[in-house]
Amino acid sequence: MVAQLVRLKLTLLANTFRRSVWQTIGLVIGSLYGLGVLVLVVGAAVAGGTADPVVTGHVLTVAGALAVLAWWVVPVFAFGVDATLDPRRFVTFAIPRRTLLAGLALAGLVSIPAAVTTLAALGVSFAWWRYPAALVAGLLGGVLATALCVVGSRAVTTALAPLLDSRRYREVLAIVAVVPLLLIGPALGWLADGVEVTVDGAGAGALGSAIAPLAQAVGWTPLGAPWALASAVHDGAWALFAARLAICLATLALAWVVWDRALARELVTPHGGGSSATAAKGLGWFGRLPATPLGAVAARTATYWVRDPRYAASIAMVPLLPLVLLAVGTTSGAGGGLLLVMAPLAAWLLGFGISNDVGYDNTAFALHVATGVRGRVDRWGRVLPVLVGGLPLCVAFALVGCAVAGRWDALPALLGLTVGTLGASLGISSAVSARLVYPVPKPGESPFKSPQGATMATLVAQMATMGITLAVSLPTLALALPAILLPQAALGWAACGVGLVTGALVLLLGVRWGARTYDRRLPELLQQVMAFG
Amino acid sequence: MRRRARDVVMGDTVSRGTDTAQPPRRARDAPLNWVVAAGTLSGVGRAHYGGPVSDQTGPPPAAPAPVPPPDLSAALSLRGLWKRFGQKIAVAGVGLDVPTGSFFGLVGPNGAGKTTSLSMATGLLRPDFGTVHVHGTDLWAQPERAKAELGVLPDGVRLFDRLTGAQLLTYAGLLRGLDRDTVAERTEDLLQAMDLVGDRDTFVVDYSAGMTKKIGLASAMIHAPRVLVLDEPFEAVDPVSAANIRDILHRYVDDGGTVVVSSHVMDLVQRMCSHVAVIAGGHVLAAGTVAEVRGEQSLEDRFVDLVGGRRESEGLAWLRSSSASS
Repeated sequence: MVAQLVRLKLTLLANTFRRSVWQTIGLVIGSLYGLGVLVLVVGAAVAGGTADPVVTGHVLTVAGALAVLAWWVVPVFAFGVDATLDPRRFVTFAIPRRTLLAGLALAGLVSIPAAVTTLAALGVSFAWWRYPAALVAGLLGGVLATALCVVGSRAVTTALAPLLDSRRYREVLAIVAVVPLLLIGPALGWLADGVEVTVDGAGAGALGSAIAPLAQAVGWTPLGAPWALASAVHDGAWALFAARLAICLATLALAWVVWDRALARELVTPHGGGSSATAAKGLGWFGRLPATPLGAVAARTATYWVRDPRYAASIAMVPLLPLVLLAVGTTSGAGGGLLLVMAPLAAWLLGFGISNDVGYDNTAFALHVATGVRGRVDRWGRVLPVLVGGLPLCVAFALVGCAVAGRWDALPALLGLTVGTLGASLGISSAVSARLVYPVPKPGESPFKSPQGATMATLVAQMATMGITLAVSLPTLALALPAILLPQAALGWAACGVGLVTGALVLLLGVRWGARTYDRRLPELLQQVMAFG
Repeated sequence: MRRRARDVVMGDTVSRGTDTAQPPRRARDAPLNWVVAAGTLSGVGRAHYGGPVSDQTGPPPAAPAPVPPPDLSAALSLRGLWKRFGQKIAVAGVGLDVPTGSFFGLVGPNGAGKTTSLSMATGLLRPDFGTVHVHGTDLWAQPERAKAELGVLPDGVRLFDRLTGAQLLTYAGLLRGLDRDTVAERTEDLLQAMDLVGDRDTFVVDYSAGMTKKIGLASAMIHAPRVLVLDEPFEAVDPVSAANIRDILHRYVDDGGTVVVSSHVMDLVQRMCSHVAVIAGGHVLAAGTVAEVRGEQSLEDRFVDLVGGRRESEGLAWLRSSSASS
């Protein structure tokens, strides 16, 4: 039975190659990327281990702990990343739970991330190639770490499944996940700063002394213990080795038991039962906006921007933008001046938000097709709420940015750039979204779940949107950048004028072109989203 | 059944099975009775179009042999509809007239082309060839005018499920260009009729399958269309709601409206519909009033005769003993 589950997983993996060309290309690119990361990591580990095994051991411990943490936490946010062997699908087959568990655990190793992790975990052990005893301990640690990754992540997702089953928790969680995602940038900057400082300073020695206490601490946690086994052997600290090994095995056993219990409960709990229904009183925007088709589409769009986590996630990102920029500005030494970027960036984000609106509608778009909504109505209905809500917000951002940076002289150029970007990105999005539709998370799925297949189509559509938006914004940029950087007041007013004019013009033309394309291809648009399944 | 249906689609076994051995059928015996007594349906057999359905991979023939002109007085008049998806010809020359004021059932096995035909008839899918007229208006030439007369419940599509039930109905009504008061009034009536008053403020995403079907049906009816096209309207709907919906539809037909439903449930169609068309393998096998199509048999037996694919129940002998052994 265990072998059958592994074979099933292999068959599923092989079948993804046969499903569509784009998916195959996506998988190949994914594999190549994984392979590249693998070669880089193993190469760096071996080189480091040859030069300074102690520091390398510490770095490996910390990095390895991060990898295990990622395995445990990421699936919770991007729930259903690998649902190919959802235990619920085996409910009707009377498989003994012990066998099912073993099979699922082994089958969990059959995927690109798992393969990369396994190879990397084993590969980095060769940092100890000069010390055979440590090498053996490292290989053992690699096996244990991989097991911890797979079993731990299954235990966490299965144990949290009842919680994730509730739509509301899932949605809140999905939006909360935006925060760490946004902090990756500043964190990287901070890390780079740290590395820069150490390189400038005493070189590797400083890095070693900085990371040593961290590695010592992490080595005692279940996350870092397997990676620190080899270090302990290298140092000849056998008691430490035994203690870390015990931590690994205990954690593994605990995760196994948790998974076993959670699975036992999940197999007898019907799916999706008794989910708490949410309600909203009255008609909301439908009662407030004009009772016309245009007003209705606008009301629907406005409702979705707040209520659909896929849109709400991008709204949540906007207020976080100043915080992130401020953090980056202070750590990198650019200061408050970086906040000037905030307004155009927010404008672009808002406009980009509707660049695949039909894809977001999914097959619910059939209502627009069946009722014969005109292209002009559909396009403006989607643009207007973003324009009306976004314009004051972006202008406020521009004012705040100027105030914080103490650069009131830059205001005209910044306003021109911001309004121009908003108009341009909205206009181009309206045009492109009537032409290029790509799969996105379906309604109700996590905003961070990447849909299967069509990686390339997504890339092409997004590149087209961004590229054209940038191209039409070039005149404004060419005036605004020197106006702000030099600074040059006359250029600033010119940028303001050009920005306002291009913004309005691109918006009008983009929506008109989008509306014409929409009218011409209405059934084809629907068939495209139907094909996403 | 599914495999059988594909065989027919591919065209290599069109006449395999039982249908060649059948006694003459009224619909196929009189392929040219386009002009029949008022109120009855023109029979359209596949023999009528005679397209070269044995052509498996090539493109469908450009002009399937003589197609009679559309019936402009019919509620829905399909002529020579073809649709190919990749290698598979899903619909191969479907022609149908749905008389005004009829309760029209469309039956066929899985994969017969029912949903594809209905999608093309309602403007959701552009046909490769053929025309659709809604009360005399060419749907694919004047989509806005024709769609205004149609109420559509497609099968297997999502709804805007982040709206509450009341909001979804309001949205559908406003998109149809109704004014606010009319929308509010009809929303109340429809929620009442569909027994959804208690769930008016619940998001559609939290509705059960049957409730979702009902709210979809309600949003297809809110603009009082002259023709209702409903794909599998009773799927997952509980018996009481189904009876209520049937009453609503019957009253609607009595007042001069036209209803087209697709269904798997022959018994339901036989009791509910005035007219029926049997579709399989992308062809119309028989069409007419229910009495005409079923003759002396029950509609279900007639359907099985027409479509074929029934097996003698000798197979799965082990299944009978397995209950004892396990």
